[in-house]
Amino acid sequence: MGISAQELDDFRVEVSAWFSENKPADPGFLLPQSFMEVGTDEQFDFLRAWQRKVYEAGYLGMAWPAEYGGGGKDQAFQDIATAEMVRQNVPFMTNTIGLSWAGPLILNMGTEAQKEAYIKRILSAEDIWCQGFSEPDNGSDLGNAQLRAIRDGDEFVLNGSKIWTSLGAYADFIILLARTDTQTNTKYEGLSYFLAPMKVEGVDPSPIKKLTGEHGFTQTFFNDARISETCLIGEEGGGWQVAMKTLTFERAVSGGQAGGVHSMQVSAREVVDLARHAMRDGRPAIEDPLVRDQLVAFLMEERGMDLNNKRAKIPGLISERPASISMARKLTNSEWRRRLNQFAVTLQGANASRYVGDEAVVDRGRWQRGYFNAFSGTIGGGTSQIQKNIVGERVLGLPKQD
Amino acid sequence: MSEQADIIFSDEQAQLLEIAETFSANKSPIDAVRRQLTAANSIEADMWREIADLGWLGIAIPEEYGGSGLGLAEVVTIVEPMGRNLFSSPLISTTLAAQAILLSGSEEQKSQWLPRLAGGTVAALALTEAHGDWDLSNLTCAATRHGDQLTLNGGKTFVTDANLADLFLVSVELDGAPAMVIVEASDLCEGALRQEVVIDESRRSHALNLDGVAVSNDNLLPAANLHRLHLAACLMYAAEMCGGTAGVINVTVDYLTTRRQFDHFIGAYQALKHPMVDALVGLEQARSHLYHAATVFDMAEGRGEVAVRMAKAQAADAFAFASDRAIQFHGAFGFTYECDAQLYRRRALWCEQQHGDSAHHRRHLAGLLLDQAV
Repeated sequence: MGISAQELDDFRVEVSAWFSENKPADPGFLLPQSFMEVGTDEQFDFLRAWQRKVYEAGYLGMAWPAEYGGGGKDQAFQDIATAEMVRQNVPFMTNTIGLSWAGPLILNMGTEAQKEAYIKRILSAEDIWCQGFSEPDNGSDLGNAQLRAIRDGDEFVLNGSKIWTSLGAYADFIILLARTDTQTNTKYEGLSYFLAPMKVEGVDPSPIKKLTGEHGFTQTFFNDARISETCLIGEEGGGWQVAMKTLTFERAVSGGQAGGVHSMQVSAREVVDLARHAMRDGRPAIEDPLVRDQLVAFLMEERGMDLNNKRAKIPGLISERPASISMARKLTNSEWRRRLNQFAVTLQGANASRYVGDEAVVDRGRWQRGYFNAFSGTIGGGTSQIQKNIVGERVLGLPKQD
Repeated sequence: MSEQADIIFSDEQAQLLEIAETFSANKSPIDAVRRQLTAANSIEADMWREIADLGWLGIAIPEEYGGSGLGLAEVVTIVEPMGRNLFSSPLISTTLAAQAILLSGSEEQKSQWLPRLAGGTVAALALTEAHGDWDLSNLTCAATRHGDQLTLNGGKTFVTDANLADLFLVSVELDGAPAMVIVEASDLCEGALRQEVVIDESRRSHALNLDGVAVSNDNLLPAANLHRLHLAACLMYAAEMCGGTAGVINVTVDYLTTRRQFDHFIGAYQALKHPMVDALVGLEQARSHLYHAATVFDMAEGRGEVAVRMAKAQAADAFAFASDRAIQFHGAFGFTYECDAQLYRRRALWCEQQHGDSAHHRRHLAGLLLDQAV
C-alpha cells in the first residue's frame, strides 16, 4: 500500500486538531492513571463515553478490518493518532484488555462468529472486557490455574474463582483460563481458554478494596456458571498456547492492538514543578540542595529508560545480552514510578499528610494515590522480586534456587 | 520531525568496537594486567606501538593532520573495551591533548603536534592541582611573561604517564585568566616528576613541579577551553567505567556460578542474585547514557553537557556499586589481594574521583535542568 508522506502529514494535522477540539474538559474529579485503577462509576462512565467518542471519530482500531468495525487503514495512521493522544495527554482508552489483548487475539485466532460478535463492540466500549488469569492460590504461576470447566453436552460448567480482575465490576466479557482436564501429563495440557460472558447466572464479581480505599478490581467467583462451548477460543485443551499468545499482545511483543493511549504518563518534570511550589525553610523546595539532587537523579533515570529503549533497537550495542533491557524494563520502570510518586508525596511537606478528598490536598491527591497505585506495577504481572529472579537467571545466567 | 536521533551508532563505530573488544581481550588478559601493576610503565613500548599502528591515536584527529577524521564518539568504542579488560595506556590523555590543541591551538601548533600525537608521541594532561578541586579553573599554577618567554611556577598532580610523555598540556593562570601551555619533556627541570602512590595500581601517576620552567610564547594556546576539555575527559572516563562495570559483573557472575556453599551454587541465593540484577540495570542505563553522550557531544553546549555529565555520573555509580559488591560477593577470597575484584574497585575509585564524582555532576546538572529550560 503506497501511502504518501503528504497523506500522513495531512492526517497528523487533522487528528491533532480533532483532539485539541474534543479533548474532554476537566471532569472535576480525579481521573485514574490506567484501566487498573478505575474505581468509581463516575470515572468509568466518563472514560467509556470518551473511548466511544474517539472510536466514532475514527481514531481507534484504524488498522483493524473494516468488516468487523475497524478502520481498514494502514497501521501508520493509528500510530499517528496514538502518538497524538500521548502528546496531548488525553484520557486513556479504558477498554484496554479488549483493545490490546482480547481484540487482537480474537482477530488472530477467533472464529468468524466471534469476530462479528465482539470486535466492533470492543472498539466502541459497548462491551467491556476483563481478564481471568490469576487465581487466589496462583499469583505468578499461571500454568497452575485450577478454575474448573467441566463439559456438559455443548456447554461448560465453571467453578472456582479468579482474582485481581481489573474492571471486573463493569466487564461484560472475560478472557478466561480454566482447567478442562485434570488427568493430563503436564499441568499445561489440561487448560482451555474461553471468551466468557460475565453477566450470567453463577458469575459473581466481588469487589476488592485496594490500599487506596477504592474498589479497583474484583475477585470473580464462578458457581456452576454455564457457558456455551462456542465460547472456546483455540482447541479444548489448548488453552496454554492461547494464553501465551495473549501475553505476546499484553507485552506488545506481537502487534495488532487497536491503538490508543492506555495509561497516563507520569514524568519527573511534573515533580520538578511540584518542587517549585512546595516550601522548605521559607523558600521553594527546588532551591534545597538535597531536593535538587534527588530531582536530578529521577530525571537521569527517566532519561536512561528512554535511552535504553533506543539503544535496545541497535543490535551492535546490545550484543552481549540482547534481552537484558527488554527483560528488565518492567522492573526498572515500575520501581522508578513507585519511587518518584513516593518522593512527590514527601516533597509536599506537612501537606503530604492529606489524602484524596481533602479540599486542600495538593494536586487533588494524585501523588498520594499514585504512590499507592504504583505498587500495582511493582507487584502485578510478577513482583519486582520475581522479575529479579527472571533477569538474574535468564539474562545473567545465575542458577535457579531449588 | 527531522530531529537528530538520540543514539547514532555508525558502521565505523561498530567495526572499531568489534576490533577493540578482540584486541583488549587478547592483549590484556588478567595475568597481563597483574604483571603490568609492578612494571615501570603502564604499558610496554611495543604494545603502545601496536595501538599507534592501528591508527587509534589519530581517530579524532582530522586527516590533514595525519588522523582518520572521525570523532570522540569513535574513540569511545575503543576506550570502553579497554576499560572492560583493565587495560591501561596513555590513549585517553593523548587523545584529549590532541583535542585541546585541535580546538584551541594555533595552526602552527596543530601542524607541529597533531601528526606526532597521531603517530604515537605520548601526551600527558597536567590539569589537576594539589587542592584536588574538580573545577579546572581553580588555578594556583601560574605563568608570567618575560619578553617572548613564559615562566611557569607551581605544580600539578595526577599527571598520568608523565614518565612516557614528550608533551605536557598544562593549565595555568596567565594575566588573571586560565590559559593552556604546551610544555615539552625537555623543558622540565631535573627531578620535576615524582611518582605518586595511587589507588589504581594500573596507573602511573606523577606530581609535576613546574617551578622555573620557561617556554616560548609560541607554546601558549591562543585560547583555553578547559570546560570543554573537562567534558571530553568525562566522556572518556564514562566509557572506561562502562567497560569496567561490564567486566566486573562478568567476573562476579563467574564466581557465583562456580562457587558452592551449603550444597548450592551461591548465585542461586537471592541475597546475591538480586543485587547482581541491580548492577546489570545500572550498567544498561550507563551504556545508554554513554552512547547518547557520544552522539551529542559535539552538539550545542547545553545538550552535550547534560548528556556527558549524566553519562559520567551514571557510569560512576554503576561501577562503584558493581565493584563494591564484587568484593563482598567473593566472600573471604574477596578480601585478598589475589582476588581480581579489588582491581576493578580501585579502577572505579580512580575514575569516579577524576573529573568529578556523581554528586558533583548532579549538582551541575541541577543548574542545567532545574534553573533553565533545556
